[in-house]
Amino acid sequence: MKKTYINSVASISTQKTFDNDDFLDEITPYNDTVIYAVDPVYRDYIPPAAARRMAKGIKMGVVATKLAMAEAGVENVDAIITGTGMGCMIDSEKFVSAIIDNQEQYLTPTSFIQSTHNTVAGQIALGIKCKGYNFTYVHSSLSFQSALLDAKMQLETAEANTILVGGVEELGAHTTKVHRVIDHIKPEAIAPSEMLDSKTKGAVFSEGAYFFVLSNEPSESCYAELVDVKILNTLPIDKVAETAVAFLKENNLTTSDIDVVVLGNNGDVEYDGAYRLLTEGEFKNTQQVYYKHLVGENHVVSAFGMWLGSRILKAQTIPEIVKMNDMLDSSSEIQYILCYNQYRGKDHSFTLLKKC
Amino acid sequence: MNKGVAITGMGIISAIGNNTQENFHALTHAKHGISRVDLVDTIQRDEIMVGEVKLTNDQLIEQLGLPPSNNYSRTALLGAIAAKEAVADAGIVDIKKYKTGIVSGTSVGGMDKTEKYYYEYLTEKEHQKYIESHHAGDSTQKIAEQLGIEESLVTTISTACSSAANAILFGARLIKSGKLDRVVVGGADCLSKFTINGFKTLMILSDTYSTPFDENRKGLNLGEAAAFLVLESEDVVKAENKNVLGYVKGWGNANDAFHQTASSEDGDGATLAMEKALKVAGMKPSDIDYINVHGTATNNNDLSEGRALINVFGDKTPIFSSTKAFTGHTLAAAGGIEAVYSILALQHNLVFPNLNFETPMKEFSLVPQTELKEKELQVVLSNSLGFGGNSSTLIFSKEA
Repeated sequence: MKKTYINSVASISTQKTFDNDDFLDEITPYNDTVIYAVDPVYRDYIPPAAARRMAKGIKMGVVATKLAMAEAGVENVDAIITGTGMGCMIDSEKFVSAIIDNQEQYLTPTSFIQSTHNTVAGQIALGIKCKGYNFTYVHSSLSFQSALLDAKMQLETAEANTILVGGVEELGAHTTKVHRVIDHIKPEAIAPSEMLDSKTKGAVFSEGAYFFVLSNEPSESCYAELVDVKILNTLPIDKVAETAVAFLKENNLTTSDIDVVVLGNNGDVEYDGAYRLLTEGEFKNTQQVYYKHLVGENHVVSAFGMWLGSRILKAQTIPEIVKMNDMLDSSSEIQYILCYNQYRGKDHSFTLLKKC
Repeated sequence: MNKGVAITGMGIISAIGNNTQENFHALTHAKHGISRVDLVDTIQRDEIMVGEVKLTNDQLIEQLGLPPSNNYSRTALLGAIAAKEAVADAGIVDIKKYKTGIVSGTSVGGMDKTEKYYYEYLTEKEHQKYIESHHAGDSTQKIAEQLGIEESLVTTISTACSSAANAILFGARLIKSGKLDRVVVGGADCLSKFTINGFKTLMILSDTYSTPFDENRKGLNLGEAAAFLVLESEDVVKAENKNVLGYVKGWGNANDAFHQTASSEDGDGATLAMEKALKVAGMKPSDIDYINVHGTATNNNDLSEGRALINVFGDKTPIFSSTKAFTGHTLAAAGGIEAVYSILALQHNLVFPNLNFETPMKEFSLVPQTELKEKELQVVLSNSLGFGGNSSTLIFSKEA
């Protein structure tokens, strides 16, 4: 079985992360309940006429793809696998509201065409003329890790040798309002520094596109080896730690082999307990890192966690702003990183990375 | 040669029946399920014909024994009924005995509730329970709960009209790789105003019965359905002495990379998908005994798919038919229901008819099978093609 390497990373997030020369050097300290992705200059990547027809998610996905492929130095890929929890919300909202507001009359097809979940993967394939395997996973907060698992299985058996994998999520105005009334969004603004201690329900909602070129051969640009990924639809909170340990054991590792744990805390007082059991228990003496205080919560933001882990492994440094504790001295080598994420107590994923 | 992945159970609910037996009866008695839409409140009612499951949500809820407080979308209700039949058919009593997951395809998800309560969600507390049912993964998680699948690999695929075929494809690979011992695979989609009006704006809905592969075809009939298969590893089949219904022998997925919604005229994507599936199965085109084509009866699909058949099979295209004139085009579920029909075809050595066909298309001499036909079948190929250029082929066989 061949190994899987993360040969490039690209992130369009609520921070200015699309330039890999920076590593969270300049942070926008939002104080809000919903935060939006920082736009790259889209016209540098997409002809303006085409860009005008595209909703933000498609644009973010297309640009993140171009960045990831350029960094990996590849012109094409064998497969395109994306994940999105909510899909193309902006066009979906446009079409549903048009149906309701106009009693099913005077409708035009554009927003319907662009509302399907596989729009981004389809547009990417069209853009680079990739006739290979093309999949879109849409399982809530397991969407990205499902894509990752699929890609890894193909690379291991050399069914494909280079795969573009990514997650994309865009905010729709109505959907955001609707999630506010059921307390999935925080009732009041919080600053990044307050998130871990938040006493309120819900999260800070966000959007973004996070893409990676994976291959079964490391390139010069290689960031990390993707050792393993595991997804679970449910998991009782008191089994998270033992499941993490069992996952490491399957890879012949123990907790003490893990140099950094990347956690998906989002400040939801109801559900962050799963992370706390790890930070105060099994991984108490491990360097802990978090990121949703900077980039918010969305169904594929765990891909940003992998972006962060990959960047840490390559740079061998950890930006101060993401540290939850201080367990590593600057001289120690960072060899293994474990990422763990869940959303509202469901959709648990473990992603294991290794220095390459 | 690839050893096939065993299929040990199947379940289905569609416009032509609420279980496998009823579907088989309709297929063999040329009884289609196409009618005016009764259960979706739409002004398009008299403009279109659909393949609708004539059970109300309340009837489906009762059948599943759900409490009144449930927040199931119609997609989840249909999916749960078909998946439960599949698991029962596989003779599974203890779902936790083996590592069991589920991979489902859907494109509509919970859109039926969203379009009904879109603005009410903001103020009406009683409807707000459905907000969380909107996203596509919700229906799969609900089905998992109905089956008792916990702490396991559960995921959802949305690649438009090839979603369920892709769920079967990924499930087969999960078994092959040993990630799971057992996986429930398929898809579910309900009718909604969203898809009815969406396809209406694309001007590809027929105002009468659809006529796949006919020169004078006028477009598709939308449908709703759910269908699931149970796939099990060789070890489980042996240990449990399982009755095997057939095998998933080959699979191929490709992208047309031609247009966001239309298929290329030369059928590139479908050609590649069929070629890949044959390669995985270790088979030649001449090994295929019957093709259940995608055959939506749109101008674009049937021309593109027909060309692809000629690309792969030359002038020796095997006997083929589209079953969409029975069920309508059930979008994300289509690959699932046609997988069930492919296996029924293998089990009974029967080719199901392509209803409503009269005139061959002028572009080629392909003529579908129009009557029920007895034929010894060893291998059946099924195509699923969709928006975004998604093209998938599955090959089912009697022998491993």
